Amino acid sequence: MLKYPVESGLYSPENEHDACGVGFVVRITGERTHDIVERGMQVLENMVHRGAEGADHKTGDGAGILVQIPHEFILLQGIPVPERGHYGTGLVFFPKIQSEADLCMELLRSILTADGLNLLAVRDVPVNSDILGEISRSNEPTIKQIVVTGPGKPEELERKLYIARKKVEKATAQSTLTEKRNFYVVSLSTQKIVYKGMLTSLQLREYFPDLTHPNFTSAIALVHSRFSTNTFPTWDLAQPFRLLGHNGEINTIKGNRFWMQARESVLKSDLLGNMEDLYPILQSGMSDSASLDNMLEFLVMAGKTLPHAMSMLVPDSWNETNPISDELKAFYEYHSTLMEPWDGPATLLFSDGRYVGGTLDRNGLRPARYLITNDNMMIVASETGVQSFPAEQIREKGRLKPGKMLMVDTETHKIYYDAELKKEIASAHPYREWLEKNRLKLETLTSGREVKNNLPNLKALMQAFGYSKEDIERLMIPMALEGKEPISSMGNDAPIAVLSDKPQRLFAYFRQLFAQVTNPPIDPIREELVMSLTAFIGSHQANMLEPNPEHCKVVKLKSPVVTNKEFDILKNIRYKRFSSVELPMLFPLSGGASALEKAVNNLCLKAEEAVENGHNYLILTDRGVNADMVAIPSLLAVSAVHHHLIECRKRMQIDIVVESAEPREVMHFALLFGYGASVINPYGAFAVLDDLVKNKEIQSDYETAEKHYIKSINKGLLKVLSKMGISTLRSYRGAQIFEAIGISSEVLKHYFEGTTSKVEGITMEDIARDAICMHQEGFAVDDPKSPQNNGVYSWRKEGELHAWNPETISRLQIAARTGSYEKYKEYVAAVDQKSHPIFLRDFLAFKGQKPIDISEVEPASEITKRFVTGAMSYGSISREAHEALAIAMNIVGGKSNTGEGGEDPVRFKKRADGTSVRSAIKQIASGRFGVTTEYLVNADELQIKVAQGAKPGEGGQLPGYKVDQIIAKTRHSIPGISLISPPPHHDIYSIEDLAQLIFDLKNVNPLARVSVKLVSESGVGTVAAGVAKAKADMILISGCEGGTGASPSSSIKHAGLPVEIGLAETQQTLVMNGLRGQVRLQTDGQLKTGHDIVVAALLGAEEFGFATSALIVLGCVMMRKCHLNTCPVGVATQNEDLRKRFVGRYEYLVNFFNFLAEDVREHLAALGYRKLDDIVGKTDLLEFMPKADNLKMQKLDFSRLLYKPAGDQAIRNVKPQVHDIFDIQDRSLISLSMPALEMQSPVQFVRDIKNTDRTVGAMLSGEIAKRYGYEGLADNTISCTFKGSAGQSFGAFLAKGVTFRLEGDANDYLGKGLSGGRIIVVPAEGTAYAPDSNIIAGNTLLYGATGGEVYINGQVGERFCVRNSGAITVVEGAGDHCCEYMTGGRVVVLGKTGRNFAAGMSGGIAYVLDEEGDFDFFCNMQMVELSLIEEMADNRELRNLIAAHYRHTKSPKAKHILENWDEYVEKFIRVIPIEYKKVLHDEKIEAVKKKIAQVEYDY
Amino acid sequence: MGNPKAFLSIDRKEAGYRPVHERKTDFGEVEQTLNNEDRMLQASRCMDCGVPFCHWACPLGNKMPEYQDLVYKGKWKQAYEILAETNDFPEFTGRICPALCEKSCVLNISHQAVTIRENEASVTERAYNEGWIVANPPKTRTGKKVAVIGSGPAGLVAANRLNKMGHEVTVYEKFPQVGGLLRSGIPNFKLNKSVIDRRIGLMEEEGVRFVTSAEVGKTVSLKEIKSSSDAVCITIGSGVARDLPAEGRELKGVHLALEFLSQQNLSLAGLPIEGEAINAKGKRVLVIGGGDTGSDCVGTSNRQGALEVTQIEILPKPPVGENPQTPWPNWPNVLKTSSSHEEGCIRRWCLTTKRFIGKNGQLTGVEIAEVEWNTDPATGRFTMQETGKTEIIKADLVFLAMGFVHPEHEGLLDELTVSYDQRGNVSVGSLNESSVKGVFAAGDAVSGASLVVRAMASGRQMAEAVNDYLKK
Repeated sequence: MLKYPVESGLYSPENEHDACGVGFVVRITGERTHDIVERGMQVLENMVHRGAEGADHKTGDGAGILVQIPHEFILLQGIPVPERGHYGTGLVFFPKIQSEADLCMELLRSILTADGLNLLAVRDVPVNSDILGEISRSNEPTIKQIVVTGPGKPEELERKLYIARKKVEKATAQSTLTEKRNFYVVSLSTQKIVYKGMLTSLQLREYFPDLTHPNFTSAIALVHSRFSTNTFPTWDLAQPFRLLGHNGEINTIKGNRFWMQARESVLKSDLLGNMEDLYPILQSGMSDSASLDNMLEFLVMAGKTLPHAMSMLVPDSWNETNPISDELKAFYEYHSTLMEPWDGPATLLFSDGRYVGGTLDRNGLRPARYLITNDNMMIVASETGVQSFPAEQIREKGRLKPGKMLMVDTETHKIYYDAELKKEIASAHPYREWLEKNRLKLETLTSGREVKNNLPNLKALMQAFGYSKEDIERLMIPMALEGKEPISSMGNDAPIAVLSDKPQRLFAYFRQLFAQVTNPPIDPIREELVMSLTAFIGSHQANMLEPNPEHCKVVKLKSPVVTNKEFDILKNIRYKRFSSVELPMLFPLSGGASALEKAVNNLCLKAEEAVENGHNYLILTDRGVNADMVAIPSLLAVSAVHHHLIECRKRMQIDIVVESAEPREVMHFALLFGYGASVINPYGAFAVLDDLVKNKEIQSDYETAEKHYIKSINKGLLKVLSKMGISTLRSYRGAQIFEAIGISSEVLKHYFEGTTSKVEGITMEDIARDAICMHQEGFAVDDPKSPQNNGVYSWRKEGELHAWNPETISRLQIAARTGSYEKYKEYVAAVDQKSHPIFLRDFLAFKGQKPIDISEVEPASEITKRFVTGAMSYGSISREAHEALAIAMNIVGGKSNTGEGGEDPVRFKKRADGTSVRSAIKQIASGRFGVTTEYLVNADELQIKVAQGAKPGEGGQLPGYKVDQIIAKTRHSIPGISLISPPPHHDIYSIEDLAQLIFDLKNVNPLARVSVKLVSESGVGTVAAGVAKAKADMILISGCEGGTGASPSSSIKHAGLPVEIGLAETQQTLVMNGLRGQVRLQTDGQLKTGHDIVVAALLGAEEFGFATSALIVLGCVMMRKCHLNTCPVGVATQNEDLRKRFVGRYEYLVNFFNFLAEDVREHLAALGYRKLDDIVGKTDLLEFMPKADNLKMQKLDFSRLLYKPAGDQAIRNVKPQVHDIFDIQDRSLISLSMPALEMQSPVQFVRDIKNTDRTVGAMLSGEIAKRYGYEGLADNTISCTFKGSAGQSFGAFLAKGVTFRLEGDANDYLGKGLSGGRIIVVPAEGTAYAPDSNIIAGNTLLYGATGGEVYINGQVGERFCVRNSGAITVVEGAGDHCCEYMTGGRVVVLGKTGRNFAAGMSGGIAYVLDEEGDFDFFCNMQMVELSLIEEMADNRELRNLIAAHYRHTKSPKAKHILENWDEYVEKFIRVIPIEYKKVLHDEKIEAVKKKIAQVEYDY
Repeated sequence: MGNPKAFLSIDRKEAGYRPVHERKTDFGEVEQTLNNEDRMLQASRCMDCGVPFCHWACPLGNKMPEYQDLVYKGKWKQAYEILAETNDFPEFTGRICPALCEKSCVLNISHQAVTIRENEASVTERAYNEGWIVANPPKTRTGKKVAVIGSGPAGLVAANRLNKMGHEVTVYEKFPQVGGLLRSGIPNFKLNKSVIDRRIGLMEEEGVRFVTSAEVGKTVSLKEIKSSSDAVCITIGSGVARDLPAEGRELKGVHLALEFLSQQNLSLAGLPIEGEAINAKGKRVLVIGGGDTGSDCVGTSNRQGALEVTQIEILPKPPVGENPQTPWPNWPNVLKTSSSHEEGCIRRWCLTTKRFIGKNGQLTGVEIAEVEWNTDPATGRFTMQETGKTEIIKADLVFLAMGFVHPEHEGLLDELTVSYDQRGNVSVGSLNESSVKGVFAAGDAVSGASLVVRAMASGRQMAEAVNDYLKK
């Protein structure tokens, strides 16, 4: 039986994610009817695909509805309530155990009574438990409705009910109840009531018969269905909460919670009285959405209006790229000094019973569509089509835009649009004036003081702070020269910090977390408009509930990394009684660990004192390091002080500024900010720069070097933030988006609260010893050494160990080439019996049972079937290498992976010599390069790459000069044009999106299994559970050790976890959730030998991936120069001359894989098992072998890693996923199209369509591609008209020869991967509104389209034509980020566009009708050029496109334009990427040259 | 670092040797030098590999990528500093090291290795010429005394290191000049002896004491040394040459290679030679043994004006260019043609020596027999059989260059009562300490005859061990 688990093994409930469908229906005029409730439930039911079900296929993750209090219905129940609004009511979940339930009731009653309230009635809410699934039933609460009366006006009573509920929560938390979660007040209000449970969308009405009662009426129905990554019975986490339904994820939640905790000490509210009663404001143990709801409710109860509170919590961006009023910018800036944003993708729908509205995060990462009818009904939902109306009845169709809000007042019957709402809140106070009067800008301050950058004892300090030669040469110099972080390649094969026998900086024990699946990372370059590093320091953050100009008495900094000069100013500001205090981060050398501990504690006390003395910020400094005083690791000092101040509720009153010689690389800065620092002055790094400039190592002046260095750090910070989908440093600060590896929980609990560590590790003693050891290198010798090369990036004899070293590389190459198993064993010896462990697996030995004879073990061919090669694109590696991998895998029965970048269709057929170069696995990465229907149907596995081990959360770029004819062809692009892979898949912003993409792919190719590639990090198991529920057939857990062709050095070294941890966590979580049986698990990450494979199998993997090792077999010598295209062995290059040096052969790989399989067989025989399947997940066969020779390693603890969940759930894949691709539209489309498919005779038909009909056309297109390849059928061979609202992915992968005409509207992802088909979207017949001013299709249309035509008579959402590489399209208005990353095709926009048009656009042309003359403001000019329509050819092309649009859609706007062509043609702007312009220009020149040549010839 | 693309456009360029006709007439160094620009271009070819196999292959662990980069950037001084961190005497290895690094260079996969050895020599010569290499005596002295017995490469490195650590070092050398085999075994045309003198001068300035013509255990009392030293280092090399006890070995004209080579070096140094002078002028010379020492005999014989020089080797002729049996990055067993071979020499393989033939006690010829090598299918061992074909090579002089057996036991070692390993070398633990407390050993005396660079690495390792021992 599944129970809500406590933390066990590697699983932690903290990692749970959810996402969902949300919606509301409102009668604007406020009439309460049952119809609205009914419609609300229908909305939910029509988004059933956005929720999820558990392993028993009956348990939903949660569904609920918020309505106005159904007064008549309550009266009908015989409860003598007073008039509407004068009593409160709500549902309460009670524990099933009677004695506990009684206790709870008693507690409730006593609190209500004490607060002067009267529990008027308790009603047993009728429920239909029979329909529940096993999992949800296991923890079904007893549900009662309570009715409470009390004195005072409705608002006062509402507040009293709130306070009483908070008291109940607090009392429950402090009680002795065994199952505290089971006592939960769903809502308690005078205005609104929530019904919810662990239900599917369809179960809600059946479970609560109340909801179907005709007298159950409301003017508002806000609904929510949940898709959670877990399947544990958590009734309380269903939504809506008290005010909010949230679809999305709060990435900064950890920080937000800490800050709120800290803030509690300064809050005051006359309205709420004794604040202590309300604390904690954020109920613990709940989801991110629940915390946000708590926060919103608190602000509203404290007197903020809903729009005001919402705008504080989830502010729009307010930099210069956002066209909002200055007043509103001031509002946001003022509030940003009070509170950090709750950052992350979000559709937030809210209601207090009178108002109902919604808002979107600043980046618009969740969809929300609305519709208003002529009879004053409004529907807002994640999708359009959740309610259908006759076309004539619709007054308006629109969508919530990024950062924008919409609200309805059911009392005044008014719709408030964003502008009006924001104007009102922005003008409530003179925020601009307040800011100007109080807020200082650092860049405007100057001083006459001389500030030095050099340090007299630099050499000693560099040793003491552990500067290595590589730090300087590989990181700092490139940063100072180029202004950006350096790039490296291949993976990280050096030991993690705790396994190294060299002293380490504390920074080295931390790893960056990153977003995968449950929320999208951001592209900080192309979507810079939402990013911000602005920092404020200095305010006595008083009571944020009270508007006060003094709040913004702060210093504003553009960059949180400050120069010595700026720092000097900051230190000496005395403006408005500013004051700071310096606290030395030092401890005496002689005292060792205890001195360090004492010093840190003392620092905390001093910090507390500083608050009491009224200082604005404290400066933690290690300037005083000398022979006797050692620097406390800056991270330890910052985090300790930060957490201490939070704990004593004094953190809000003071800011932490760090002056340290320790931080030098991006990761160091990110950590210091992530653990609470506001500003950092890296004086040591500056002194090094100064020295390098003086020694001419950096050929520029100091100022330039410094500027570049800071710029690199800042850019790097943005990258680190965006990896987690966080857009502002203000919300990143203190959010602790890190995990530790190899630190003891004792240290973490004391100084890094909230940080997880899975395998235990170092204590304060080790930290002190390392600090002292480095210090001594600098101060205990006469003449400190120059920084040494520690071999972190490149191998050095005396440096850090590397798993790939001369011995292992050469032995492997020799073994594979000679085909000698003995030589292979020599290689194995070098890997398995290394002198010193490098990986966690090196600590794991097998507990042999009864060995069997090797002849009894399954043959090698059964084992090689489980092998795959890593995703390496043709482009990143040479054709020779790519094909050798494919041939070898096809021979041994494994699978090779195309990587991102398509595959030449020639390779789909066998070669004359019988070998096959077809890659069995076709990867679908965020760039969607070469992802055509044909590509997808020629696969055995379709792999969605969510993240890559070497650079999780980041995109990539193939520079134009690398894109030659053939690469361009396979990627369906143009030679010479840069190809950018965005950090996120633009169709996966959440888990339900992933489910949709899996569904899409299953439709195109039902025979291929769909896999999802994740990267090991804390919480990956939970993500994997969500992925399993999203119906992936296989999940790949990739280790952070994985390779790359090019990635920022900091990502290779500091992001992600070793594969052992991620794999074990995934296995444990899937087993605990009962989901393991339905998916296969694959793993990779520096697997090298049979031992590694068997360890991975025992930890839970069924399949195994090899990439670096395979390349080494083919000749790679780990140059780590892939990114320079200079691979001297012809593996990772496209250069003809270098490719000639390639000596690899597929036979070598065949040898290698057979050796590996034999090696596995030997282990199996020794373990006493016949089949690899028999050992999958059997962690009890693994034994932790402690290594005694190292003080740090002795402290490791693998018990959580080796934990095996109890119970009888499957521990390996035993059954297939059930994909819902049987009862779908396409099945009938295919049968109707048989004549076309079989005989190419044209067919035509008309069909109805609903939003639940998803991915229509994909399966049909798959059938076409199977038969006819990319060429498809003749134009219009299949022509189909649909009527209604199309579900997501309408016309996805539509093949050539198919025309889809949609009369109605469409949801997100229309035309995804369009492969030659034609889509026409027009409003339904009879539509009264003007099509060009209403929205007709959703977000992210034509994502990765390679060809075809799309004509849309109306506006569309964000990211239209993202990564389009060949489709031609006309649309009448688009949202933000239109044409993002586009590499080809034509886009015509006959109307307004949103912001950031053409970001990252490297190919194709867009024409935009710029009637208001302000298009340039909305266009991202980084890569494109704007011009008028000057050339005749362009004029003609544009006119033809619009004419075609008119022909297909009868668009009135198109008609008007065509009729007034000469007038309109001048209003068009032509957007052309600079690179593309050059290509076109070159083509023209080439053509002219040819002509000239011919002319001369004739002459 | 470096120029990652240079290897694509710049070819390996060796400085090469002086023309044969010119060099054959003198004992000056045969190798030429490139100008600085070319040298920098050559250094730019280094790709700064992620896994620098050169660095791995080098027994000293020289950081090739780091100093190549500095040479490329014209930072010769820093280049020398990096080099000197790992290599005490780059002026020796830069001249005579067989450059294991270059064999393991990734560019050697396509036979275009970076000219690491030459670059090393250039860096060092430049450093000397610019006056960057000056005596740098230790600032403080530990008061501990160390005796180093034997002044070959291992002994010199140990002495140098220990002295820098502040210990008082005395080096004992049985010959009148310091340098061991560097001095006596390596012909001047490969290593000019002034190069050694230059270094010894520096070491003396830094405080190392050299006692020459002092054979410990014979002319100098071991007891005295032991009682006056806190530690003793044995670096006496592998003095016992492998002899060929065949019929006629006693004939006049049959010599060990080293007798011949050291005589030549002594006479070039203007020092008296012991015993009868050997001169190849106008003689037919047969060198037995195909290795480097043999090659040195060839070069020396030619310089003395030999009529004809033949070199024979018992093993088969190694393949030319590439040998799949010893793939990269291993040391390739391929045909090596030295500067001496170029100067004129008949080279033959698969020949074993049956007997020396003489007349009146004077050698006139050598009977040799052809052998063939086969792999025994049972054991996998490479075994030799005579084919039965024999031949007589006319020869007036024979030099036996067949390697060395072990260090001289008699005298010093036996007196010390150190234990030997199976091969008769001084047996030491991982810290180079012999079976006798406080007595350490390194170099060929421990490992058997090997490369100068290995001896140096061994000497360095011993110095660390001795230092740790003295600190206790």
